[in-house]
Amino acid sequence: MDVTSHRFAEKVRKAIADPQIQRALETAGPRFDLARRAAFSSFPEGEALRDLGRDIKARTLAELDQQLARLANSVERVGGEVHWASDAAEARRIVVDLAEGYGAKRVVKSKSMTTEEIGLNQALEGAGIETIETDLGEYIIQLAGEAPFHIIAPALHKSREEVTELFIEKLGSRRLESREELTQEARKILRDAFRGADLGITGVNFAVADTGTIAVVENEGNARLSTSLPKVHIAVMGMEKVIPDMSSLSVFLKILARSATGQKMSSYVSCITGPRRQDEEDGPEAFHLVILDNGRSRLLADPELREALRCIRCGACLNICPVYRHAGGHSYGWVYSGPIGAVITPSFVGREQASALPFASSLCGACRDVCPVRIDLPRMLLAQRRKIIADSDPACKEESSRMSSAQAAPAPSSRRAERLAMKLFTATMASPRRYRWAGAMLQLASRFFRRRGGWWRPPLITGWTQLRDVPEPARQSFRQRWASRAR
Amino acid sequence: MKTALFVTCLVDQLFPQVGEATVRLLERCGRQVEFPEAQTCCGQPASNMGYGDEARRLGRRMIEIFEPFDEVVTPSGSCASMVRVQLPELFEHDAEWRPRAQRLASKTLELTELLGQEGFEPGAVRFEARVTYHPSCHLLRELGGGGSPEALLAQVPGIELVELPDAEVCCGFGGAFSAKMPELSGAMLDAKLKAVEATGASVLTATDCGCLMHLGGAINRRQGVAINRRQSPLKVLHIAEILAHDGNLNEA
Ligand code: SF4
Repeated sequence: MDVTSHRFAEKVRKAIADPQIQRALETAGPRFDLARRAAFSSFPEGEALRDLGRDIKARTLAELDQQLARLANSVERVGGEVHWASDAAEARRIVVDLAEGYGAKRVVKSKSMTTEEIGLNQALEGAGIETIETDLGEYIIQLAGEAPFHIIAPALHKSREEVTELFIEKLGSRRLESREELTQEARKILRDAFRGADLGITGVNFAVADTGTIAVVENEGNARLSTSLPKVHIAVMGMEKVIPDMSSLSVFLKILARSATGQKMSSYVSCITGPRRQDEEDGPEAFHLVILDNGRSRLLADPELREALRCIRCGACLNICPVYRHAGGHSYGWVYSGPIGAVITPSFVGREQASALPFASSLCGACRDVCPVRIDLPRMLLAQRRKIIADSDPACKEESSRMSSAQAAPAPSSRRAERLAMKLFTATMASPRRYRWAGAMLQLASRFFRRRGGWWRPPLITGWTQLRDVPEPARQSFRQRWASRAR
Repeated sequence: MKTALFVTCLVDQLFPQVGEATVRLLERCGRQVEFPEAQTCCGQPASNMGYGDEARRLGRRMIEIFEPFDEVVTPSGSCASMVRVQLPELFEHDAEWRPRAQRLASKTLELTELLGQEGFEPGAVRFEARVTYHPSCHLLRELGGGGSPEALLAQVPGIELVELPDAEVCCGFGGAFSAKMPELSGAMLDAKLKAVEATGASVLTATDCGCLMHLGGAINRRQGVAINRRQSPLKVLHIAEILAHDGNLNEA
């Protein structure tokens, strides 16, 4: 998938100027968040389960290699095949090879941000294999050729009218005005698609190491069809999706549904353990599990960022984030958006490329409060900020060269100016004498501008003065007043 | 007990009356306030912008300057959370400075925390105004809400306290964020000011001069009056100014 994270500022401006996007965000964020609140307020054990979820994930991550080995063993024991992909290209190759090997003509897909991450649809289409997203939201953005706007509601930004036009343009359908008609139309097309599909591809919400079971959570039932109708099922998972056992699964199902949509339980939870066995009536003949790294081991190796791998992709941090609520999902320029996107994207696509993202936060901390697995997102945003600043520090060459090749670019001049300003600020603040002198200068400057009748608008901080007046420095600072009071 | 005021650089240079109100409140709580004059900035701007070394340099100064005191009080939830939460983290791997940072953290209080702890009661002077309170994020989420600032305000005679809709949503200040990402900060600011306007309040208050500078600066700009913030119809006051007020609020 193309990365456009370096154009964050420009895309934010566009999103803020787009009334449809702002309208969609204004209703969706609070609505999801209200549902989440209501679900947890009537669920007294919720807080304890969040702690438990956090602990299970933390323990699993601490021994991830063993857990993954157990998972692979279990999957093979029940007749599935396991494939390891170190990056997106390898994952694409594995899936395309499998599809070609099975002579697949048409692939149906459901419920997978991970395949968005590796750009699988384009790769399959490139190999001449028709690929159809079967979840309504994903289907809409596939038709529109867009990236997901939200982790669990990929077409959140599209108005009904836009979908009407899209269906006319791409499907040649007649003008369908109501939500129901549009859904019916899509369902008709997608049900037909299932019939002719030779291969089903899904994501994985949880993979149980003990039993080799993968769990897929959804509300439309398409994942269930994608994993049972076609002859072959390929599941693609990020390697952090492994959990130890079935009892852990029950913990996560309870907090995931409540955090994501406010439901007690998602409408469909498919637990798939290997391909169809002899005594079973349905299910695919073959089952493949692709386990993807693609930058995750970088996060895992970093004690400051490892915790981000606990994420169960519920979307709660997006819904509450005041930045996401204005920036929207596409501004982040890759697959994952909101606070979790701002934390992990730099580690996936390269820090220089995504260097704006961790700074796109007022550090208000609302995301940390809602995260079901209690990821300390603000602290990790700070950690990413420090890494980005260190990358561009000429005195810190070593640290930055340790990072992957993608970050080699030199610091932009704005960053150099900022560094200089920060050095100056620190030097001033580190000495009471310089600090007093700077204060006196401030008072002088303001007196000068006041006399000229104009309000004081220091030229260096236009980002501030565009919107706000600068308060007038006090004629006497607190410390001056304190000194005269003491006398 | 030796109590030190950490006034914060913002209050020192731009809002000295907030520092004075804080001193009056501390004195009414029976404290003899000292003001260590070597203090400047806690280093939060550096820390939040990703400059760890610079933040540690200023952090070490903070620790040294306030080490002789039993208690450090500051009229800012954000600077208090810098000292209490971020400083110990910044020195996480430093065997010498970590315990010293933790000691400073354990004796630092945001003003309303101390007032709540001391069972402070506002004086008898009436404050006739419709007031709305914006809870600043760092006090609310990093420090667990402070000493119920709303309850303190509600006790002020004459005050009419109106609840701010969506009060817990960030105002969009975020330090350097407000200058670095003006579109996002501005969109959040708009939403907050709309909520403030909906209350019909004549005074907006908070525990942090950062948020207030951002909100007040925008209020001034919108009214097209580039003058002292006190002459605008919607007043912006730090909570200490309201709690300590003695009838002379209009003389800054
Ligand atoms: S970081 Fe937490 S809140 Fe955000 S999507 Fe992941 S699990 Fe959900």
